[in-house]
Amino acid sequence: MGMIGQHLLNGLMQGTIYGLVAMGFTIFFGVMNVIKFSHGDVLTLGAFGGLVAVWAANALGLSVPLQFIVALCVAMALTAVVGAGISHFLIMPLRNAPPLNMLLMTMMVGTAIREAIRLFFPNGTNPQRFPELLPAGGFNIGPSFFRTDAIILIIAGAASIGAVYWIINHSKFGLAMRAVAEDTETARVMGINFGRIIPLTFALGSITAGFAGMIYALYYSEINYSMGLLLAVIGFTAAIVGGLGNIWGAIIGGYLFAGLQTFVVAAMPSMSDYKNVFAFVLIIVLITWRPTGLLAERGSERV
Amino acid sequence: MTPTSRTLVRVPVWPLFVAVAFAAVALTALVLIENQKLLGAALAITAAVCFCAARFGGVAAMEVAASENPWLLRGLITVASLAVIFVLRDDNFGLLMLATVLIYATICLGLTVQMGYAGLTNFAAAAFAGTGGYTAAMLGRQGGLPDALVLVCGGLVAVFIGSLLILPVLRTRGHYGALTTMAFGVMFNVFLDANDFFGGPQGLKLPGINLFGWDFTNDIHIFGLVLSSYVNYVILTGILTALAMIFVGLLDRSWVGVWFDVVRLDETAASVFGLKIAYWKVLAFTIGNFLAGLMGAVYAKMTGFIAPANFTFGDSLVMVSIVILGGIGNRWGVLPAALIVVLLPEKLQFIQEYRLIFYAVLVIAILTMRPDGLVARRVRKLHTETSA
Repeated sequence: MGMIGQHLLNGLMQGTIYGLVAMGFTIFFGVMNVIKFSHGDVLTLGAFGGLVAVWAANALGLSVPLQFIVALCVAMALTAVVGAGISHFLIMPLRNAPPLNMLLMTMMVGTAIREAIRLFFPNGTNPQRFPELLPAGGFNIGPSFFRTDAIILIIAGAASIGAVYWIINHSKFGLAMRAVAEDTETARVMGINFGRIIPLTFALGSITAGFAGMIYALYYSEINYSMGLLLAVIGFTAAIVGGLGNIWGAIIGGYLFAGLQTFVVAAMPSMSDYKNVFAFVLIIVLITWRPTGLLAERGSERV
Repeated sequence: MTPTSRTLVRVPVWPLFVAVAFAAVALTALVLIENQKLLGAALAITAAVCFCAARFGGVAAMEVAASENPWLLRGLITVASLAVIFVLRDDNFGLLMLATVLIYATICLGLTVQMGYAGLTNFAAAAFAGTGGYTAAMLGRQGGLPDALVLVCGGLVAVFIGSLLILPVLRTRGHYGALTTMAFGVMFNVFLDANDFFGGPQGLKLPGINLFGWDFTNDIHIFGLVLSSYVNYVILTGILTALAMIFVGLLDRSWVGVWFDVVRLDETAASVFGLKIAYWKVLAFTIGNFLAGLMGAVYAKMTGFIAPANFTFGDSLVMVSIVILGGIGNRWGVLPAALIVVLLPEKLQFIQEYRLIFYAVLVIAILTMRPDGLVARRVRKLHTETSA
């Protein structure tokens, strides 16, 4: 029974990461009707940016909490700039192209980022150790052991989800974003600067990816160049299962996917290599049952 | 007017001869040249000639000539292919490359039917090819079945696996549809990596093809000439590609092709006109998966080895890139696109390591600058005879 706490914590951790990634997907889709598949690789880039920042801060002799702050800031700034850049230079020019072209384009942007990290980062083919910046140790509740850093990360992740939700629903920028999502033409007529809102939206979505990348790096203490691909597929799956364009759907989808994986690992430890197979099979079944996600898109097709 | 009156307007056929000859020479040169500087020059010349031909109406003249004389075109391509094989007869590596290009092209023809004609998204082409390959490997281990049947079984098993996905594929659309095949593609790999029965990450070995008593591993001796054993595979894949090409062309020309177009462009209109959307989608999905599985089996037999790493999600992306690069829905565009994507990284040594990043940048450039692909699909003209 001691494992239940462990599994619960692990599942929550993964669910938070997946939920953050899925939230990015759903934000981009809600505003621009695009799937930005490079999202996972932007996350990887954020984690690697954080790693470089830690090295630099360490070389400058900064204390560990300062290193942590520097790494977080660098990761988020880097992903924000890259996300805004991708939207401005690659996605905007193609926004009237068929969805397939857009999907392929962003997949290829992701491939380019991934390969660039592998080829140009020193020793990039191998996994990189990420230093432990959070307090080690933990505590026991009953027979279960809880890692302190995991608790901190889960709280931070949940807080960031809440923060993004607040920005979208209660800030002026969020209002403009929702206006653009609802009706681009009318929003422009109302004086909303379309050319500025879009890159900012992508920056916001990418910051969540950078944040998720840091959480991943701090929790697993190891990052590699290809970690973004599976995270992107899972995040995309989570966003789809929740219903694209729906923030709560994305978060539910993220925790659901993590729950499925954790369930397989907990219930059938011998099959844990197949946890993604099971999760994907269930997701395919789910999407067959509800073709537009659990929290379905409303409205019928207009002819 | 009757169709016979059209032949009164004589269309010059020489552009056809020139085009096929040029393609054959360019192909041979690209395969044969090892020196990197010379290769770069050859590539530049080829690109320049193609660009000029497109710019000054050469391509249009060729297309008219080709559509007027389909059998002349087929004959010319056969002669040119035999000439290329003859010149490359003892270049094992070149022949292997050529066969690989043809295999990719045929799989992408299947994808063209799925994505270009019926509008189904399929991001698991490599997984379906892998299914065919693993079928060939497992059947080869059992033994007893003739190889012609083994190859067909590869296709059929891919169709069977695909049929498990039919329900989600039919019910979902757009991005949601992309998810189902993508999830399957990723799942396929994770499953094979974890499964010892199918060899795990190390993969399986399997013997070469033996078709009707003809052992493909032996060199060919004709008229005192020795042809490398890989000529067998080039001829086999060439024949399969040609058959697939003719089949897909006939499909496109027939009413089935028109129905595919209607289903892709407007499902509501299609159902209003009484078309069974599900039926045509299933047909397109089946054709595409069969071609993928069949060629996957040929590929596995040719390389004599199969592993999950050969059929990753990235490879599926490469195949979709070929279709987009060639011009989605245009079966001729697949050939040059497959050539560029498969052959170029192998030949240009400095690209090797940077292969994926090269594809990525190439596709990004094509999508932003020429979204219709290298050879854009023409808008279908119905009843040209009656209106002309």
